[in-house]
Amino acid sequence: MPTEVLMPALSPTMEKGNLAKWLKKEGDTVKSGDVIAEIETDKATMEVEAVDEGTLGKILVPEGTNDVAVNTPIAMILAEGEDAAALKDGKAAKVGASASAPARQEKAAELTPPPAPPKTGTAEAAAAPAAPEPEVPEGTEMVTMTMREALRDAMAEEMRRDPDVFVIGEEVAEYQGAYKVTQGLLDEFGARRVIDTPITEHGFAGLGVGAALAGLKPIVEFMTFNFAMQAMDQLINSAAKTRYMSGGQVQVSIVFRGPNGAAARVAAQHSQDYSAWYSHIPGLKVIAPSTAADAKGLLKAAIRDPNPVMFLENEILYSHSSPVPKLADYVLPIGRARVVRSGTDVTLVAWSMGMSYALKAADELAKENVSAEVIDLRTLRPMDSATIVESVKKTGRLVTVEEGWKQSGVGAEIAARVLADAFDYLDAPIERIAGKDVPMPYAANLEKMALPSVADVVAAAKAVCYR
Amino acid sequence: MAVARTRTADQGVQDLRPVAEPAAPQGPIAEFSKDTEFQALRQMLLIRRFEEKAGQMYGMGLIGGFCHLYIGQEAVVVGMKMAMADGDQMITGYRDHGHMLACGMDPKGVMAELTGRRGGYSKGKGGSMHMFSLEKNFFGGHGIVAAQVPLGTGIAFANAYRGAQNVCVTYFGDGAANQGQVYESFNMAELWRLPVVYVIENNRYAMGTSVSRSSATTDFAKRGSSFNIPGKQVDGMDVRAVKAAADEALGWCRAGKGPTILEMMTYRYRGHSMSDPAKYRTKEEVDKMRTEHDPIEQVRKRLLDKKWAGEDELKKIDASVRAVVNEAAEFATHDAEPDPAELYTDVYR
Repeated sequence: MPTEVLMPALSPTMEKGNLAKWLKKEGDTVKSGDVIAEIETDKATMEVEAVDEGTLGKILVPEGTNDVAVNTPIAMILAEGEDAAALKDGKAAKVGASASAPARQEKAAELTPPPAPPKTGTAEAAAAPAAPEPEVPEGTEMVTMTMREALRDAMAEEMRRDPDVFVIGEEVAEYQGAYKVTQGLLDEFGARRVIDTPITEHGFAGLGVGAALAGLKPIVEFMTFNFAMQAMDQLINSAAKTRYMSGGQVQVSIVFRGPNGAAARVAAQHSQDYSAWYSHIPGLKVIAPSTAADAKGLLKAAIRDPNPVMFLENEILYSHSSPVPKLADYVLPIGRARVVRSGTDVTLVAWSMGMSYALKAADELAKENVSAEVIDLRTLRPMDSATIVESVKKTGRLVTVEEGWKQSGVGAEIAARVLADAFDYLDAPIERIAGKDVPMPYAANLEKMALPSVADVVAAAKAVCYR
Repeated sequence: MAVARTRTADQGVQDLRPVAEPAAPQGPIAEFSKDTEFQALRQMLLIRRFEEKAGQMYGMGLIGGFCHLYIGQEAVVVGMKMAMADGDQMITGYRDHGHMLACGMDPKGVMAELTGRRGGYSKGKGGSMHMFSLEKNFFGGHGIVAAQVPLGTGIAFANAYRGAQNVCVTYFGDGAANQGQVYESFNMAELWRLPVVYVIENNRYAMGTSVSRSSATTDFAKRGSSFNIPGKQVDGMDVRAVKAAADEALGWCRAGKGPTILEMMTYRYRGHSMSDPAKYRTKEEVDKMRTEHDPIEQVRKRLLDKKWAGEDELKKIDASVRAVVNEAAEFATHDAEPDPAELYTDVYR
């Protein structure tokens, strides 16, 4: 049976083209790879190669024909042993053509309504936790420690538990961590599992993802998240997307951790909050704890999690002390906010360093008889909007607090969710406290002005309460 | 010494070097038995016919987006794979169909991924540039130029961490060789003596920019020299030369000596992707490579010269390979698109 050669599409968008020139004539022998014709598209002149072998039996579209639609038969190729008589019976195999040409399928797909997305409107619902907050048994001893120590203990416990867990980054081993978070790990686990890297963020982030592809469970420390911008492509394109792009076959179980946000007087390039950046990305989980206990329980969970986790710490909080339950295996569920302080008049939502402002503001507000409910979001993705919505249904008022910029910030996302799910309960417009819309200045007074303050939060809370 | 390039105020940098013929690298040639020759022929033909078919299906609109064909470069991946041991891994960029077939992945699953169907290796969610098979130790399929280089280095790190004897063969092109993360990887790989063979597939054009227009030094085998990584130029059109170089490089890695670089002098016959008319090179240049250096023709000629096969037998092999490819194309054409519910799966576990 002769084979029809169809007008090819030569770009993702081509619908028709001009058949500029035939380079073979009827009766010529054609082999795979022979150029048989030239086709002009709107962008270029392209060569068309034969795939099937035989004799060019008949040219159906003469050269010089303009606007030939893609998939129009342009020639017939006779297989070995066939002669021109075979062309007369009108039967031909369309090369690879089929009943399910894609154009038709696209139409079919348009008619099928898309599936309802998970409740939150994102794929993260699949990652939402089912596990409740574990009860800390009555009488559990609480040990006061810094967040720095809690993070170190979390890593050490997980490294004892799983030989595939290792720590890699700049100054994590012999220097004991640029901020001393990895203190003591080299002594206990040795240089095989606690690995100093060169200053090479793009490289070691990619190397970490590669090790995770091969089944290890790396903890990659960025000296600060400011330097992770060098590695952004590996974080987003390689870590976050691979499970999806592989149809679920390949996983990247990895933690990227380090201090995030402003420290003190280190100016624009070293003072940036990446909360909103990473929380934008499906495939990543994003955690930003504010207490030592949460830091420990959530870092342990992050290390065990089969997904890439961005673990955003805070340099100022490293030295803050708070009680941590003395339990053999304290693991918290990722994706649960916590109501830290109950109130009735206004809901304050914060995380990480923002919690310092929110809690102090709540104390101030209490003095003025405003009862603030404070929620520590703890995980930015998947976001526990249910806890926020429940609170707003009670208080009718919401203030979000973050160090990052306001435009497209995490506060904007929280506000949108609350508007969608608790619109009728709101008694005032939502207020967002955020970093000022400028790069971080160096001068002490300007830096202070650029960051959120307790006074900002108090003023916003009073404003939404019309006080 | 003649000045190769000069900068003038009005014309910028003028490259006075002639368009380089690929150097004829001198190196050992593996002796192939009759069986090995047939094995190489079948593997390379499978890739060639598969890619021709993919190009045709792209033309019919069955394959969308970007589609980068490997035609002309078959000897590189086939020769490397012939030297690799069980458990050795492979990772590459976006010109990846040949690598998958060489790893033994099912042509039906690869072609169905190209057509975006549920039977594809990534259930239709990855496409031409994003496919994986953990079973076959193929780690993708990466769409960002050079991103696979630190990833492959990390897979090699995992081998070293576990004390395994395996090597990760990490492929990238002459274009990727100018990305910074390649050198970050070289540094760590040599620093930690990681078992990785960097295979630079020098097909002479990074999309439309020739090597001499993009690279201050064009001898990519030497790109590891400031890290003390040994490198070698190999005739990437001769599968026996590739195999011999691969044996040596893999042996180096397995002996714990760290990474090596193999620069494969090769050529792609087609454009960068399906929509590239390839006007940046002459027809004569392409024809010369096809008629004088074709990797498949070289094997066919040896088989005929040594009277290990006749034309009829070679035709039969071609027909059987075509049958496999046609079966893959049929499957990929008729397999259903992904279930709409798949939109939200595989983001997290």
